[in-house]
Amino acid sequence: MIAGLERPDAGRVTISGEDATGLAPRKRGVGFVFQHYAAFKHMTVRGNIAFGLKIRKRPRAEVRARVDELLALVQLQPFADRYPSQLSGGQRQRMALARALAVEPKVLLLDEPFGALDTRVRGELREWLHRLHDEVRVTTVFVTHDQEEAMALADQIAVLHEGRIEQVGSPRELYDQPKTPFVMSFVGAAAQLGDRWVRQHDLDLRLEPAAGAFEARVERIARLGFEARIELQLADSGTVWAQMTCAELDRLELERGATVWVMADRARVFAGD
Amino acid sequence: MRKLALRTVALGYLALILLGPLSIVFWRAFEKGFGPAWSAVTTPAAMHAFQLTLEITAIAVPANTIFGVLCALLIVRHPFPGKGLLNAFVDLPLALSPVVVGFALFLLYGRTGWFGSWLSSHGIRVLFAMPSMILATAFVSIPFVVREVVPVLREIGTDQEQAAETLGASQWQVFRRVTFPAIRWAVAYGVVLTTARSLGEYGAVSVVSGRLAGQTETATLYVSDRYENFDIVGAYAASVVLALMAIVVLLTMNLLRPKEGVH
Amino acid sequence: MRRVSPFGGLTLGVVVTYLSLIVALPLAALVWQSTKSGATGFWQSLTSPEAVAALKLTLATSLAVALVNAVAGTVIAWVLVRDEFRGKGVVNALIDLPFALPTIVAGLTMLALYGPRSPIGIDVAYTRAAIVLALLFVTLPFVVRTVQPVLQELDHELEEAAESLGASNWQTFSRVVFPNLLPGILSGVALAFAKAVGEFGSVVIITGNIPFKTEVSSVYIFGQIESGNTSGAAAASVLLLAISFGVLLLIGALRHWTTRHHA
Repeated sequence: MIAGLERPDAGRVTISGEDATGLAPRKRGVGFVFQHYAAFKHMTVRGNIAFGLKIRKRPRAEVRARVDELLALVQLQPFADRYPSQLSGGQRQRMALARALAVEPKVLLLDEPFGALDTRVRGELREWLHRLHDEVRVTTVFVTHDQEEAMALADQIAVLHEGRIEQVGSPRELYDQPKTPFVMSFVGAAAQLGDRWVRQHDLDLRLEPAAGAFEARVERIARLGFEARIELQLADSGTVWAQMTCAELDRLELERGATVWVMADRARVFAGD
Repeated sequence: MRKLALRTVALGYLALILLGPLSIVFWRAFEKGFGPAWSAVTTPAAMHAFQLTLEITAIAVPANTIFGVLCALLIVRHPFPGKGLLNAFVDLPLALSPVVVGFALFLLYGRTGWFGSWLSSHGIRVLFAMPSMILATAFVSIPFVVREVVPVLREIGTDQEQAAETLGASQWQVFRRVTFPAIRWAVAYGVVLTTARSLGEYGAVSVVSGRLAGQTETATLYVSDRYENFDIVGAYAASVVLALMAIVVLLTMNLLRPKEGVH
Repeated sequence: MRRVSPFGGLTLGVVVTYLSLIVALPLAALVWQSTKSGATGFWQSLTSPEAVAALKLTLATSLAVALVNAVAGTVIAWVLVRDEFRGKGVVNALIDLPFALPTIVAGLTMLALYGPRSPIGIDVAYTRAAIVLALLFVTLPFVVRTVQPVLQELDHELEEAAESLGASNWQTFSRVVFPNLLPGILSGVALAFAKAVGEFGSVVIITGNIPFKTEVSSVYIFGQIESGNTSGAAAASVLLLAISFGVLLLIGALRHWTTRHHA
């Protein structure tokens, strides 16, 4: 919708303060990077990157200089004359990014750009994109389902749920002051105790009863190296996962079947939930 | 053992139905030597017939190619009411008797037809002349470009086209620089099929042409005319020329086929 | 959300106009003509003894040809996909020859081997067997070309899985392979049937067109046009048109059914 490929049922799209709702995609100045690359298969890497400039009928020398610059930026100089089918997924996505940047868009739109890549390549590209963004400095909209990716990259995050924006804010705001249970459980692991929501690592397990504590039984303990996760069967009903360091787990000397009391002092209650 | 049996059955069938008869045609044509065959296909009537066939093909094929590409774009990229009906009409020539095609044109452009009286009062001859033969040929060869291009368009999807749009390309630029390069082999394959069908059209043209020797006689009509006049060498010699054209078509088809889905 | 469609009304206009001019209008004229003589006249034309005899012969030979094709086409496709032998590429290319070869040449071709001057002493000219032979020639590619791609796509693992579960060769074929091929075979057979029903060029020479004996419907229609019996020709033409539409609908339904099956 931002790129103009789909029309909104209602509302407006403004880019740099200008209403772009009725504008054709080619007039919007939005650089779009697609999840599945949308590489022009019959053109080389160089041809792909030069496409937008050629459409604008820029002088040949200028096109070449700009493409060389972008090839260097996305580190694809050695592959300039290859076809997309001869590139890896990560390389194709870097090419798509250079292609979108070539026309100096007002907004860069990345639609789950790393969605089709394996975890290791994703991590590398994320770091690289972060550095690139510092160099290029163009407003970038990054669509992702991976909250870690969003938290690591973004200045501002908008959390969408069932077609609505649940909350907009910095990663820190979303984490510390979530407005809805969905946001809370989306940006970090959360547990529900009655009408209260709490971060898993904020659950305080005690071996004796205490005021306001929930009684629970330890169902399972998973040690993940530095941290451990404990599945608790609440006496009332339902299960929650608690998170703590392994050192703390050892201090408590918890075992399967043990009875504990769960305190949730830093829990939040959401209105209308 | 089972494989060998199946192979024997398959190749035996092909030999009986296809290869045997075809080789006899070549043999019959050159039975009395190369000379008579050559002079049979170089008579003025024969030359004229082949020329007419080529002229008709040269008009019908480009028209159907442009139509085919547009129609495929419409079917794949532009859902609209009546798409099913459009599909049915495009496929119809594959299943309809060419005689019926010719007869339908005959009725439309004949003296008492809807267009016939108006056209004849304006001195335009359609029936028993080139225009009706072109129409008949275009009718029977309409499906091929559409049918080749539609699946390829479906497969490439709209991602590349959308990417081009966001990069500032106009609709025409998107088509010329992105869509067309992606479908060009399918178009080429469709053009070859259309050409083959156009060169070989017989039934529809024989109804609308009036079969006037030296005037409205195409290559295929010439073959049947020679046969009916007991000029066996002439009939077989012209057949061999048409068969050679068919073989060229086959070779082109096989050159183009591996190129499909190259990327 | 609405997708922004990249193709405007112009394309739709061009496509619909072209298709109307070339295909729809002539067919409308044909249907119009057939209604002129009223329901009784139409029925009388349709059921004249010669027309009925021609239709019966057409349907019987087409059905026979479709059935032979179902078996032979599947065997040939199987051999072309699963067997390896020298010259397979050439054989594969030749399958399309009947499509590329003009039908009138196809008729002459069959006559050359199975006619009066047959070098192998088989003369079926002017008999019903000749019709079947000619139709087998022109319909050869249909089943082969619809079954071949399905067979190529068919996962070998499927057959291996069946065998590992203790199925015999025949059981593997009849229960695993054949059900997968069936839609392809059926649509190929349907196309071959439609082509056979309307075939003209290849049968007109080899059969001699003896009414009540070797005259098929398309040849009958041609004769009626020549002798000026427009309403007789129109009635039979409309019937062939209906059969073609019916077959296309059937193929469309088959395609719909398979895509749903695989989704």
